[in-house]
Amino acid sequence: MAFLEIDHVTKFFPEPDGTGQVCVFRDVAFGVERGEFLTMVGHSGCGKSTILNIIAGLETASLGGVVLEGREIRGPGMDRMVVFQNFSLMPWMTVTQNVRLAVRSAYPTWSSAQVDECVRRYVEMVGLRRAESKRPAALSGGMKQRVGLARAFATEPKVLLLDEPFAQIDALTRGVIQEELVRMWTASRNTVFMVTHDVDEAILLSDRIALMTSGPEARLAELVEVKLPRPRSRADIIDEPEYARLRSHVIHFLVERSRHLQEQAVAEGAAGGHSLVTTR
Amino acid sequence: MTPARQERFRTAVYSLVLLAGFLILWQVVAGAGGKGSKGAGIPGPVAVAQTAWTMLGDPFYDRGPNDKGFGLQLGYSLMRMMGGYLCASVVAILAGVALGSSPALFKAANPFIQIMKPISPLAWMPLFLYTLKNAGQAAVLVIFVSSLWPTMANTAFGVGTIKKDYQNVSRLLQLSWPRRFFQVILPAAAPAILAGLRISIGSAWVAIVAAEMLIGGTGVGYFVWNEWNNLALNSVIFAIFAIGMVGVLLDFGLGRVARLVAYSD
Repeated sequence: MAFLEIDHVTKFFPEPDGTGQVCVFRDVAFGVERGEFLTMVGHSGCGKSTILNIIAGLETASLGGVVLEGREIRGPGMDRMVVFQNFSLMPWMTVTQNVRLAVRSAYPTWSSAQVDECVRRYVEMVGLRRAESKRPAALSGGMKQRVGLARAFATEPKVLLLDEPFAQIDALTRGVIQEELVRMWTASRNTVFMVTHDVDEAILLSDRIALMTSGPEARLAELVEVKLPRPRSRADIIDEPEYARLRSHVIHFLVERSRHLQEQAVAEGAAGGHSLVTTR
Repeated sequence: MTPARQERFRTAVYSLVLLAGFLILWQVVAGAGGKGSKGAGIPGPVAVAQTAWTMLGDPFYDRGPNDKGFGLQLGYSLMRMMGGYLCASVVAILAGVALGSSPALFKAANPFIQIMKPISPLAWMPLFLYTLKNAGQAAVLVIFVSSLWPTMANTAFGVGTIKKDYQNVSRLLQLSWPRRFFQVILPAAAPAILAGLRISIGSAWVAIVAAEMLIGGTGVGYFVWNEWNNLALNSVIFAIFAIGMVGVLLDFGLGRVARLVAYSD
């Protein structure tokens, strides 16, 4: 059994008109190994953020469940921490206070001095030393997400959950912060589950990429291994033939096969659909 | 002149014109009564200004129950009001947080709140006098009732509309109840709560004057009624302005606090 096991999870949402339920995704099953960086890619509406929230404990699976280190997840816990697409910083708190809130929760027995020292270390790690007493409203999108990363890494979770963390950051800053994330992850070797629809980001960061078909009735179609050597940098991998091959494979999947497989799944859905997972 | 300065200049001019118009109208109405005609007529601006000068010159004297300085009377009113207002604010914020956190509870309690809200706090007075048998305490309780609802309703709204993101973060961080209350719920709802507190202090100040007219003894409300009995209309008019000014200052003070807790994301 893998470190983090997503065990045949299905999610239904009530129809907007209240007439029944719609199946967002069905029978999603995969494992994330300890220290692995796994990214899920799929179109909007395939339920990838819902899967992340189920792992986080913020939502519950309709069928199936999530097992972390052999124990079923029954709600949020300090062993998992999320970096949100919209940052979700407390706007009335300064950078330091935002990180401090998380650190105090993660280490309730620590003294004030220990907490301060930890907060300072992580604020420095993301390069926000000079902005530490600013509130989020005074920060750019990139700086806000640096706080989000500092907050998440500072709690040293077993599993780090990244929910399209760079989607709201301008393209130039995105590259810089992605490399910062790589640096922090390399140092900490957290297990990471990320959700994105940015193919380049997925290839740059991941050990494996999970491809979801389109929703509703989305399935996990494929787990693609990224066999690019680490450490990777954007400049280096772009010339690798493996990078081009992966990129075209994933984009080809998103553009054509995800739709085709979904139609197939919907057709089979009534007959009690089965998993479509194939591993390359 | 820049457009902004022009605007400010125009505002100042309009303001002065309004003031002058008001004073002239007042003087005309006051003069119409005249000394010869029946009834004394109301005092004009100059007479009231003279009264104000003497009263503000010695605001804290105390020559027995019916003759105290105006500052002293204001002090009594403010103390009484603050007692009722502060207690009501604590109760209203706690109740508002409870109502805002639970939509079911809010829906259950809402009809009762809607019935309580339009009741003039003064209507409670006889009941309070009967049960408490103490006029001072009854007045404080009237203030309590008058300043309860706006804060409660605004707090419930503020807490009910806290962004889900902040709730998610507190769930992820497994914040304990006290920490969730003081570090997330209160600061997130603080702008709405302050808006409620501002409305509440206004209604409390309105209610205290009326309550003191009924209970007598001390306070600006009693002062106004006593001066009316003395037919000292100069003092009555001065007191009216003073009550207005204090109301503005209270609101201004809370406005400053509101700016401190405001945030944008």
